[in-house]
Amino acid sequence: MSEKKSLGKVFFNGIIPENPTFRLVLGTCPTLAVTSSALNGLGMGAAATFVLVCSNIAISLLRKFIPDQVRIPAFIVVICTFVTMVQLLMQAFLPSLYESLGIFIPLIVVNCIILARAEAFASKNPPLASACDGLGMGIGFTLALTLIGSIRELIGSGSIFGQNVLGASYEPMLLIVLASGGFLTFGLLLGVFNLIVKKIEKKNAAKEAQAA
Amino acid sequence: MSLRISTAPHMHNPLTTSRLMQNVCIALMPTVLVGVYAFGFPALMVLAVSVASAVVSEFLWQKIAHQPVRVNDFSAILTGLILGLNLPSTAPWWMAMVGSAFAIIVVKQLFGGLGDNFLNPALAARAVLLASWPVHMAASAYVKPTFFEAGVDAVSAATPLSSPGSYTLMQRLLGQIPGTIGEVSKIAILIGFLFLVCTSTISWRIPVVMVGSVYVFTLLIVGGGFESALIATLSGGVLFGAVFMATDYVTSPIRPVAQIIYAALIGLIIVLIRQFGNYPEGVTYGILLMNIATPLIDRFLPQKIYGYQKKEAKKA
Repeated sequence: MSEKKSLGKVFFNGIIPENPTFRLVLGTCPTLAVTSSALNGLGMGAAATFVLVCSNIAISLLRKFIPDQVRIPAFIVVICTFVTMVQLLMQAFLPSLYESLGIFIPLIVVNCIILARAEAFASKNPPLASACDGLGMGIGFTLALTLIGSIRELIGSGSIFGQNVLGASYEPMLLIVLASGGFLTFGLLLGVFNLIVKKIEKKNAAKEAQAA
Repeated sequence: MSLRISTAPHMHNPLTTSRLMQNVCIALMPTVLVGVYAFGFPALMVLAVSVASAVVSEFLWQKIAHQPVRVNDFSAILTGLILGLNLPSTAPWWMAMVGSAFAIIVVKQLFGGLGDNFLNPALAARAVLLASWPVHMAASAYVKPTFFEAGVDAVSAATPLSSPGSYTLMQRLLGQIPGTIGEVSKIAILIGFLFLVCTSTISWRIPVVMVGSVYVFTLLIVGGGFESALIATLSGGVLFGAVFMATDYVTSPIRPVAQIIYAALIGLIIVLIRQFGNYPEGVTYGILLMNIATPLIDRFLPQKIYGYQKKEAKKA
């Protein structure tokens, strides 16, 4: 990259301007599948963040040694290593979360966000910047999943993080914790998020125009 | 797309959107009256809440989205009314409210408002309620109409679909069976149907073909003779769905042949769901599925462009 970006900007890039869930719309499979509760969303986000940061650093360190023709298999091997580590760690220390996330833990290997960051960022940038990028993207992903999970859990079960919020008289709307509710919530949040970001961008553009 | 002014003569059509919607509302009145008479105050309550919620949602959305407020075109009232008639009279008020708001905001307005929704809003909302609160929508929620049995307030009973043969044909025609508020009286629905056809608000094709198709496919797939097929056809929401929901302009095909295919396939899906599915009734999903297939039917049927000969059409 010819243009040198500050580490802070690289980090914040993943949280709002290029939020992997709401702006890039990557990794939607786990987004829809595991967000039936806030805790599941947070757990999936944390696992993906760990893999993202580690694989970004490793791939960035190896970027001069990986031949261009075989880079995708090489990236996948690196990512697989870290996913296996997460899987074993989670099984040992967080068995209940491991049970509820199930098949989606090994499936982090094929999460597009991780491969996309390896391809688009880590293979072209130094380790420190790559780590910041991975952390920012991971936190952006985690925040998005936790938000979707909280909303779905609140409407679909009347609780957040397992704590009953809406009281016993609330009759939960089952649809929201089912698959179709996942699509509905994700779609609506996607719209709202982009509406807000566009409004902010418009404001900033107007400000810049005024300054100039 | 470009707008072109065609050559004269220019004709004014007195049937405006608002007029058409009013016609359907008028046609629904016999059904509403029988429903309220049969189920009493709770039914009136459900209908009032769902209509009010639909209108308020439409008004609020159009205000928030800075759109021209078109609440007076009757389309929101109609959506609320149809949804209300699709609910059991025991439905809690908040369920009717959530259903109507979902129909108007998510199904209709988010897809572009009246004319751009790809599903019938009232039916989609009914499907959402069915998946969300099965307790309030399942067979146990349906009560027998109170005027039917003197001295008894309400009798909880399974929908006649799960126990065929327990009601006579006459009881089914008059509406002395448990069911949603709107589906009980077939005669009231037929009066509405005649009104709609006479005012040329809808064509006879979709309702007649759909009901006929349910009859024929019941005969072919389920068997059991002509009379039991007739009873199955007059059970549940087939008639109500055929007259008031499958005929929604926005979500049904335009050309006669397409309408016949659309209606016949709805009938087939209903019979298949009733016979092999987990739900006792398939009208909701039958119509919704064919709503989705409507653009497909419209596109893949060969189109005859008005005023063109075949050869000219090829050249063009």
